Amino acid sequence: MPRDYDLLGADAKSAVANGLVTEDWYRTHLDRKTMKALMKRADQPAIWDTVVLFGSMIAFAGAAIALMPSWWSVPFWLSYGVLYGSAMDSRWHECGHGTAFKTRWMNRAVYQVACFCMIRDPHCWKFSHARHHSDTVIVGRDPEVAIMRPVVVVRMAANLVGLTDMWDGLKRMIRHTGGRILPDEADYMDPVFFAKTIRTARVWIVIYAATLAAALLLQSWIPVLLIGLPRLYGCWHMVLCGWLQHGGLADNVLDHRLNSRTVYLNPISRFIYWNMNYHVEHHMFPLVPYNKLPDLHEACKFDFPAPNTSFFDAYTEMLPALWRQRKDPDFHIRRQLPDTANPYHDGPARAAA
Amino acid sequence: MADWVDACATDDIEEEDVIRFDHGSRTFIIVRDHEDNYYCTDGLCTHEEVHLSDGLVVEATIECPKHSSIFDCTNGEVETPPACENLHTYPTKVENGRVFVEI
Ligand code: FES
Repeated sequence: MPRDYDLLGADAKSAVANGLVTEDWYRTHLDRKTMKALMKRADQPAIWDTVVLFGSMIAFAGAAIALMPSWWSVPFWLSYGVLYGSAMDSRWHECGHGTAFKTRWMNRAVYQVACFCMIRDPHCWKFSHARHHSDTVIVGRDPEVAIMRPVVVVRMAANLVGLTDMWDGLKRMIRHTGGRILPDEADYMDPVFFAKTIRTARVWIVIYAATLAAALLLQSWIPVLLIGLPRLYGCWHMVLCGWLQHGGLADNVLDHRLNSRTVYLNPISRFIYWNMNYHVEHHMFPLVPYNKLPDLHEACKFDFPAPNTSFFDAYTEMLPALWRQRKDPDFHIRRQLPDTANPYHDGPARAAA
Repeated sequence: MADWVDACATDDIEEEDVIRFDHGSRTFIIVRDHEDNYYCTDGLCTHEEVHLSDGLVVEATIECPKHSSIFDCTNGEVETPPACENLHTYPTKVENGRVFVEI
């Protein structure tokens, strides 16, 4: 069946009519004592990670600038870029949930910086991500579907260097600067925040213009390699992890075990991605902070399909499915549940089909 | 006319925790803060119809389990989006180890 991902399109209406816009999502039962322990906030882990992150960014950028114009600067730019263009995505995400730090202003401060780096308006994306959690991969409702069906390989490849995402971010920022809120944004965002979105875009555009002006004035690439361009040359890690979140799995279901994927990753990727590889767990219990997700994973194991064991294992599972979804958008992977698990909750659309 | 209703025992709720309290066709939460004060608010988030009893209590605030909006339980005020509407709150009193709410 063809899919219409437009939030104001035909599938948005049929999602409502088919009972897919609901609170009736499956949730693994964990007792209150366990949940309380898992949800408990702390500042220390995120402060340490943030010091390491910004410290590394300063060190890599410093080394890169010092080595310019030698080719030896390239690995340092690439390292800086991945922290800017990928780690800032996970900081945007975790601080947007308010779960990274216990102290609220710390979440807000890192969130603002990360939003700027990712070119995501702080208010728009707060609401967009809330919708993504309410209606995860419900076609026509979820504004954050990374791989739409039928799969278009060229589009995916272009996004490995951030072309589609950055273009979208810039377009939105420019329209906000002109005082316009887009129809899809108006669909998920409370109007109270429109003025703040417009104000933020105007501040950001001044910063980007100043960066560009500095590059032209100094006849140097350094200003744009520091601000703006890393969103392109450093986003590959975010994209490679992001595709795994829901790629090749079911859409229009009411069970995150069917539409989300947990993957074991190496420690460096987990630092960059702030443990969002435990993605089924995160969607089912979004109040659990990133540093407690491995514990949550252990607590939920009895009820979840086995995780993918590595990047390689996950891509070996996902890529053939995506290839097939170029021609057959209804195709998806359905993983085996352990004997101890409760059955999948497909939801009304699939049950009726 | 509002009535005082016996909702629960004081030690049914741990410090900085919450329980759900259903009465008639309505659902509420009873919150105990870090200083042993008790509060009662509507049980469903004002953003979407999610039970706040699964949320996180920090001091006298409750954080919604779905999208993390934080509400001040002392007056129901919403402190962070995406929720934009305040919660209704209801008077509470503690007598003989029981929590009563006026609803
Ligand atoms: S349902 Fe409570 S904040 Fe969204």
